Amino acid sequence: MAEQSAALLKAEGVYKYFGAITALRDVNFHVASGEVLGVVGDNGAGKSTLMKILSGLYAPSEGTLIFDGRPVHFGSPRDARNMGIEMVYQDFALAGNLPIYENIYLGREPGRRLGGLTIIDRRLARKMAAEHLDRLKIHVKSVDQPVEELSGGQRQAVAIARATAFDAKVVIMDEPTAALAIKEVGKVLDLIKSLKHHGVAVIIISHRMDDIFYACDRVMALYQGTNFAESPLAATTRNEVIGWIMGTKGHTDSLAHDKVH
Amino acid sequence: MIANQNLSRFLETYGIIAVIIVMMLVLTWTQPQVFPKIENLTNIVKQNASLALLALGMFVVIVTAGIDLSVGSVMALAMVALAIANRDGVPWPLVILIGPLIGVICGAVNGLGLTVLQLPHPFIMTLGTLYVVRGITYLITNGAPVSGLAPEVRYLGQANYDFGLFTPPAGLPASLFLVIVCALGLWFFMTRTSLGRHIYAIGGNPQAARVSGINVDRVLVYVYVICGFFAGLAGLLLAGRTNSGFPNAGIGIELDAIAAVIIGGASFFGGRGTVLGVLSGVVIIGLLRNGLNINNVSAFWQMILIGLVIILAVYLDVLRRKAAVRR
Repeated sequence: MAEQSAALLKAEGVYKYFGAITALRDVNFHVASGEVLGVVGDNGAGKSTLMKILSGLYAPSEGTLIFDGRPVHFGSPRDARNMGIEMVYQDFALAGNLPIYENIYLGREPGRRLGGLTIIDRRLARKMAAEHLDRLKIHVKSVDQPVEELSGGQRQAVAIARATAFDAKVVIMDEPTAALAIKEVGKVLDLIKSLKHHGVAVIIISHRMDDIFYACDRVMALYQGTNFAESPLAATTRNEVIGWIMGTKGHTDSLAHDKVH
Repeated sequence: MIANQNLSRFLETYGIIAVIIVMMLVLTWTQPQVFPKIENLTNIVKQNASLALLALGMFVVIVTAGIDLSVGSVMALAMVALAIANRDGVPWPLVILIGPLIGVICGAVNGLGLTVLQLPHPFIMTLGTLYVVRGITYLITNGAPVSGLAPEVRYLGQANYDFGLFTPPAGLPASLFLVIVCALGLWFFMTRTSLGRHIYAIGGNPQAARVSGINVDRVLVYVYVICGFFAGLAGLLLAGRTNSGFPNAGIGIELDAIAAVIIGGASFFGGRGTVLGVLSGVVIIGLLRNGLNINNVSAFWQMILIGLVIILAVYLDVLRRKAAVRR
């Protein structure tokens, strides 16, 4: 497959054990620059474990990660971030008491280094934040607004802006629309598309078929810790993907979940 | 409402200054012969300089949604340790360093206890050190004060500058300038440096700080070290002012420090508060005590009033926050 050879981030033969439990069994994964990949699966299918391995929070028990053609080992999320792999958390993981611009640069403040301390260049940070938000077409009243005053969609936008502030190559999003009001979902999905146009590889974990079918290029399903199915979006249907989540292959109108839709 | 929010922000920052001005006007009106005199005003400063330092340290801890109950004990230990060192002939530059150094060590113990032992709340760890440190203080002094300090050691606690403006012994106390320097330094640290902002971030959402690559445990150790440092410095000031180290010093003063921080508008749940607010909280407590004293009100009333002021200050904050959220 052409995509596979151009893969930016790849996982091969990944196993993850937690004591006696095998959370992932021989899982293969790949995503290319400018590709939006949807990852689906039921609770306990291994989606989060796989994402935590990709973002450096867990080390795989077996198997290799390949980034940009080279095998990599992440000791911590910081290592993954340094390579340009960022995670957007379901609860956004923002400090509500701090303004937008400080959240975007939290832990990576621009300024003059002085020993272990950075004297923050607040003008520069504000300017960089405003320009970055502009680039992503995110509109806020002011970068000085505390995050706690923002709506769910705006918070998600700030979380995405933080993830992409430093030349991110891969952005992993855990349920990016789960905490949003319906009218805000579209904006966030458009934001994901704009990341794609900037050449970022985006991985979306979602339960919402609408999100997957609006934003993704490809969808892969995990089932009980294994690769279950995978397809370009154009070659599949909602019902088929829902079937994958439940561990059934082949379109079967007789299944109850088909009737719900 | 936007206007409502701007008003709320203005009040959050400067409302407390208005409270201080009103208090001073009322005290001037009730005791025009006593209150506005330079001797009385500098007396308020001298009596509350140690509390101000303790409150600055407590503030940093409270911003992380923590608490340090041990500051009174740490101050007393720093005080008696430097008094003993002075008595035993240690040169004065070292004696001066002993106070803050003991503070830093106690702070590190608090911070490491909290993070390495993973105690569930700083209340537990610092309650423990409150007792332990006080016990050590009694142990090394046998419970008796150690009096008589070298003039150099006393300097920060008792020097006065008249600047040719005041007739000695009136003058501005050195402790005032020490508090101002500490407050300015802390303000810069908390608002302009990465570590200061990480402290606010931890108070706002520790998980956000963690996933942003901030080593939360390490920052917390720094926070308790800073608090301990200020407690040690407060011990040096108090020793200088009283010309002794007494093991009973600062019993219960941690509660005054917490009160000052809370009256000054810092949130007990972390992430919120300013250095200006903390100093204002100290001034309000100081004015309240002085005002009641010079108006011959019983000291028992002071406790009742300070308690009521804490409740009122936080209640006003609750109202303000409600006004800010409603749009």
